Amino acid sequence: MSKNVSSVTSLNDTAFYKNQYRIALRNCGIIDPENIDEYIAYDGYKALIKAYSSMTPQEVIDVIKASGLRGRGGGGFPTGTKWQFTKNSVGDKKFVCCNADEGDPGAFMDRAVMEGDPHAVIEAMTIAGYAIGADQGYVYIRAEYPLAVKRLQIAINQAKEYGLLGKNILNTGYNFDLEIRLGSGAFVCGEETALMNSIEGKRGEPRPRPPFPAVKGLFAKPTVLNNVETYANIAQIILNGAEWFSSMGTVKSKGTKVFALGGKIVNTGLVEIPMGTTLRTIIEEIGGGIPGGKKFKAAQTGGPSGGCIPPEHFDIEIDYDNLIAIGSMMGSGGLIVMDEDNCMVDIAKFFLEFTQEESCGKCTPCRIGTQRLLEYLEKITSGNADMQDLEDMESLCYYIKDNALCGLGQTAPNPVLSTMRYFKDEYLAHVRDKKCPAGVCKKLLKFIITDACKGCTLCAKKCPVGAISGTVKNVHTIDQAKCIKCGVCMESCKFSAIIKG
Amino acid sequence: MSKIKLTKVAFKGTTAQEKALRTKLAELKSVEGALMPALQAAQNIYGYLPIEVQRIISETLDISMEEIFGVATFYSQFSLNPQGKIQISVCLGTACYVKGSGDVLDKFKENLKIDAGDVTGDGKYSLVATRCIGCCGLAPVVTVNEKVYGKVTVDDVANILAETK
Repeated sequence: MSKNVSSVTSLNDTAFYKNQYRIALRNCGIIDPENIDEYIAYDGYKALIKAYSSMTPQEVIDVIKASGLRGRGGGGFPTGTKWQFTKNSVGDKKFVCCNADEGDPGAFMDRAVMEGDPHAVIEAMTIAGYAIGADQGYVYIRAEYPLAVKRLQIAINQAKEYGLLGKNILNTGYNFDLEIRLGSGAFVCGEETALMNSIEGKRGEPRPRPPFPAVKGLFAKPTVLNNVETYANIAQIILNGAEWFSSMGTVKSKGTKVFALGGKIVNTGLVEIPMGTTLRTIIEEIGGGIPGGKKFKAAQTGGPSGGCIPPEHFDIEIDYDNLIAIGSMMGSGGLIVMDEDNCMVDIAKFFLEFTQEESCGKCTPCRIGTQRLLEYLEKITSGNADMQDLEDMESLCYYIKDNALCGLGQTAPNPVLSTMRYFKDEYLAHVRDKKCPAGVCKKLLKFIITDACKGCTLCAKKCPVGAISGTVKNVHTIDQAKCIKCGVCMESCKFSAIIKG
Repeated sequence: MSKIKLTKVAFKGTTAQEKALRTKLAELKSVEGALMPALQAAQNIYGYLPIEVQRIISETLDISMEEIFGVATFYSQFSLNPQGKIQISVCLGTACYVKGSGDVLDKFKENLKIDAGDVTGDGKYSLVATRCIGCCGLAPVVTVNEKVYGKVTVDDVANILAETK
């Protein structure tokens, strides 16, 4: 093909971008995040000026309410309602907080917004301050994101220079200041009350609710807390109106959602799609399918609080309520694709190891419950469990869900419950047949030499523990007692004669 | 929650380090909720949080030692023990895990002859199984101090270590 203009596909026509619609990520990768002029050139701070000059605080809240925007951190609570509660609370001081403690493994949209469009967060928080009557804000960022911290700090300094942040903003008489606080590696600090304890300089343990933060939050004052992606939608809603935003999405979930597509998929990265897009569109069209001709097994959403979605639910429209109905949840938007080589019991164990370690230890159902759940899963993956263990494990799951203090514990059993619901056969294979169908659980793994063996002796030479015996041109055998299951024999066999059994 | 191990290495803080810490603490005195920023600054200056340093923070900010110890042991990024000069972190986020970062971690353990969370005897390397660092598109990811390695396989481990020598 000769080189000319028409031979290059427009980025917006590529399979990856064609189905996307970018609101939260609109400026990411387009503007220079360290130059406030570029943000302003793309309608930046216009929404703040509009709010200050032509809207009352109540009108701002009414627009956010009418837009149908729900919390993008995972819970899906209506943002406008949260702001209304905080506005209605009486207090001499109120706070606006931003949850940038993006701890769900596999989700990185908040990092992208803070690194690529930090002023969008600052503008939205200032608008929130105007709406609820607060003059101080905090952004709580996890320390694992040094570049996001740096760019947000630059953006705060520039906004102050331009009179868009600080005292008497744009000569309106309104004040709003913003401070960054860093996390120090505690997943539970993504929970709103734990996050506030952490900003206060305490252990990041959650507090019982009520009182809710809207009444008694940071430093015991009424506080509004939203996540980064939620804030990234605010200015656009103020500028384009509630109707524009609510024209996208499903009945109960409006606008778009950013997903972090990762795992066993051809195109990885952040995808922002209107609510109601199907999983099939995301995985097959945007993601380009599974690499290496492997078979799709499950899509995991919602991180350690979510669940695994099997292929039979490929065509559900993604929104908050539909995901909960099939035993998963939106979470912050991590979407990890798994293929036939992933063991679902192992995945459940992976998440329980995570929650068990991240449990803050304050309440017993979570502290001890996650430990016991993990023990069941270890028993299953090592081939020592019986059918009674499966039943007991399931009832323990429901006990933890009902009794844990905060979201971390209440959702910790979800990875177990959802994999038991959709991949029961894999659990049965581990428990009854003492086999791991995907060949992941090492204690259940066995390498077997089949009759395809030509007796070349290569595997016997490669085996690091001398577990393979046999003579030239005769079928070899593996001494299972000696085998350490490293898989070197299978990799080195030129005749594909060694299989996992 | 894991058991707290305390270092037996003697505290070797310099006067320059103490001056830097005291300057930072003076700034933080008027800040509400200053303990976290104070501990973060101290860890940046000293590389870890020896008891001697916690005592300076306690006296300056008027926060009890019990409370400081409680906070310092709650957050996984605060360390009560000296870290290796070269910190190797293997990401165990979901995307990295499903693409085999568990095997990569095992390989590092084998080569360095230490467990995750430990430091080599000569104080050169520390190995950490880290939480998602948000580079899921590059999974599996390993970081060596600030340097990021993407799409790492078990076979890359020896080369990554060789680069640090």
